[in-house]
Amino acid sequence: MNRENSHKPEWSERIREWARDFGVARSIILLFLAILLVAALIMGLPMSQLFSSILSRFGMNAILVLAMIPTIQSGTGPNFGLPLGIACGLVAAVLSIELDMRGFQALFFAVGLGALLGAVTGYLYGLLLNKVKGQEMTVGTYFGFSIVSLMCIFWFMAPFKSPEMIWPYGGNGLRVTISLQDRFDKVLNNFLEFEVFGASIPTGLLLFVAVFCLIVWIFMRSKTGVALSTVGANPRFAESCGLSVNKYRVIGSVFSQALAAVGIVIYAQTFGFIQLYMAPLYMAFFAVASVLIGGASLNRATVWHAMIGCFLFQSILVVSMPVANVLVAENLSEVARIIISNGIILYALTRREAGGDVR
Amino acid sequence: MTEQQKNTLPVTETRLERKKESFDPGYFLRKNVVPIFFLVLCIIGGYYSGLSLPFLANEIITRMARNSFLVISLIIPILAGMGLNFGIVLGAMAGQFAYVVTANWEMAGLSGFLMTCILSVPLAIVFGWLTGRLFNRAKGKEMISGIILGFFANGLYQLVCLFFMGSIIPIRVPSMLLSTGVGLRNTLDIKAMHYALDNIWKVRIKIPGFVFPIMIPMATVAVIVVLCLFIRFIVKTKLGQEFRAVGQDRHIAEVAGIKVDRVRIIAIIFSTVLAGLGQVIFLQNLGNINTYGSHVQVGTFAVAAILIGGASVKKATISQALLGTLLFHTLFIVSPLAGKNLVGDAMIGEYFRVFVTYGVIGIALALHAWQSLQQRKTVTVEAVSEPVSGGGK
Repeated sequence: MNRENSHKPEWSERIREWARDFGVARSIILLFLAILLVAALIMGLPMSQLFSSILSRFGMNAILVLAMIPTIQSGTGPNFGLPLGIACGLVAAVLSIELDMRGFQALFFAVGLGALLGAVTGYLYGLLLNKVKGQEMTVGTYFGFSIVSLMCIFWFMAPFKSPEMIWPYGGNGLRVTISLQDRFDKVLNNFLEFEVFGASIPTGLLLFVAVFCLIVWIFMRSKTGVALSTVGANPRFAESCGLSVNKYRVIGSVFSQALAAVGIVIYAQTFGFIQLYMAPLYMAFFAVASVLIGGASLNRATVWHAMIGCFLFQSILVVSMPVANVLVAENLSEVARIIISNGIILYALTRREAGGDVR
Repeated sequence: MTEQQKNTLPVTETRLERKKESFDPGYFLRKNVVPIFFLVLCIIGGYYSGLSLPFLANEIITRMARNSFLVISLIIPILAGMGLNFGIVLGAMAGQFAYVVTANWEMAGLSGFLMTCILSVPLAIVFGWLTGRLFNRAKGKEMISGIILGFFANGLYQLVCLFFMGSIIPIRVPSMLLSTGVGLRNTLDIKAMHYALDNIWKVRIKIPGFVFPIMIPMATVAVIVVLCLFIRFIVKTKLGQEFRAVGQDRHIAEVAGIKVDRVRIIAIIFSTVLAGLGQVIFLQNLGNINTYGSHVQVGTFAVAAILIGGASVKKATISQALLGTLLFHTLFIVSPLAGKNLVGDAMIGEYFRVFVTYGVIGIALALHAWQSLQQRKTVTVEAVSEPVSGGGK
């Protein structure tokens, strides 16, 4: 935690430290990915297709993973309450269809409104988090679950009229999955898309993600961001410096939930469907797992951690599916996903952190 | 910091004790606000569901007999200060594995049921030991670790059941396996052991004017009563005192010569074994196993039930567990029908019930965290004059 930056460490020392930070769990995951890739090569699976699929799924999930950074840095741990922001993004996306918007207009409306709603609810969520210091993860998990089930009632009762979203023959409420075809399905993916060796590169999507990475990166280096990280790293020190711990924790939550709302809109954009009802229930766990795989801990995360983690995790998912289908059975990749994502979270939870938790 | 926080606990408790001496309705209401709220909810739901009372009673008795054991299994870790043990999912898995074995041996009736119980115990002990070791590495984060552990173990469980059963682990009965010969089917039929325990002694109470009598599975009730007595007994023993000492304050217990880590592991083993037996009882009543689903919600439902009964993360009694089971499962029965009659769709009631399940856990956890934060704050205010010694802890 309190790494001194006054002297530049030797390279060998740095590598050793990096290896220690990297840990056993991550090595296993990397090894697993390597084995999968080799298997895919041997089986002659179309690598270009796999690669473009990885890129697309990376972009699809990246912003949801980025949403973890502000809360981790502000000391509230990984944001297990992510479904709150996700619900805001879904409301915004559904509204964009109800208002009969299309293309980029619909996308940017959904992103903008989602971020706004996410920020507002994030503020309230931050107030809650300040009341439950030390138990943010547990409370957040069940708070997220409750929000998902509460939103189920909302989707069911909400007076939406658009025929694309309600059931065609009677029945109450919105459909479980809403197709985005003719709305904003893949508008970012197709923007300036080009092919390299048969692999299509979703330029627009990657650019969009890059912009958000930059926003988070700049934010974490701004005065507010540095203060926020200080609060997370050492609340007592921060307090003695005159920083309001509670204020910065709320800011972290606001930023995180706004990112979550944007993230789910982008997710739906790439996926081509809006998934309502119980679909967001476990999304937080995959985002948490991704950032942890990338090298983050429960109280320190960077944009790099999020990006690397998201890329590795999605690579495993994408590659394992066809490999498992050829080798054993189709469900194996789903099982692997559960084991890997929860295993890495458990690993992070049980790690003794040096300096660590002052609370 | 945590030590200081816990030091104040006895103080507040004695304050409560003192207040309890004279009966004060306002205080009684405040103290039992959660169960009373759910009681009102159940009565309203029961009224609008339009179910007849004997039918409701029958359903409630069935579900009480089915679930009480699982809920009671949560009590010991709460005593030991480890919070709500979401890791009982592993116990449930142990019970299901035991059923796979006995179903594979084509055992039936009471002997099959007893064999399943016996087989589930060593498995649950191993699982409990592993869980306890994990929790010792994540002190203060037991609950979130338990939740994630449940998911993780579910992944491993699926791996074993889907890919190892029939290939690495030989299964004799082909009807248990998928058509490919590898992996268990979605539902595992244990009709041979259906009602093995319940049917030993059933009391039928005839209600005039209704076709179906109220049936009480006395054997199952007896088992639950024995368990309750057992828990009371355990609390009184030296081990029980150690549980409570560790639950009050880990560090003081350590100083007093209690092997804290060991006691915590024992507490979790107890809980896991009881959950395993609980799941065995649960499934003999159902008559079939949803191989990939029966265990998933066990932790959530049990935790929600005990919280609805008025328990907290720090304090739980047997009566709270039983009351909670009663209220939670009454809500289970009435909410879809009440939703249908009130709003016109059963799904609303169903969603509402799911929301209540998660919401009550969320609120209870939040309240607990908030209260302990309040206590910590008062301590800090009181300790302001003293030099801050535990700062860098």
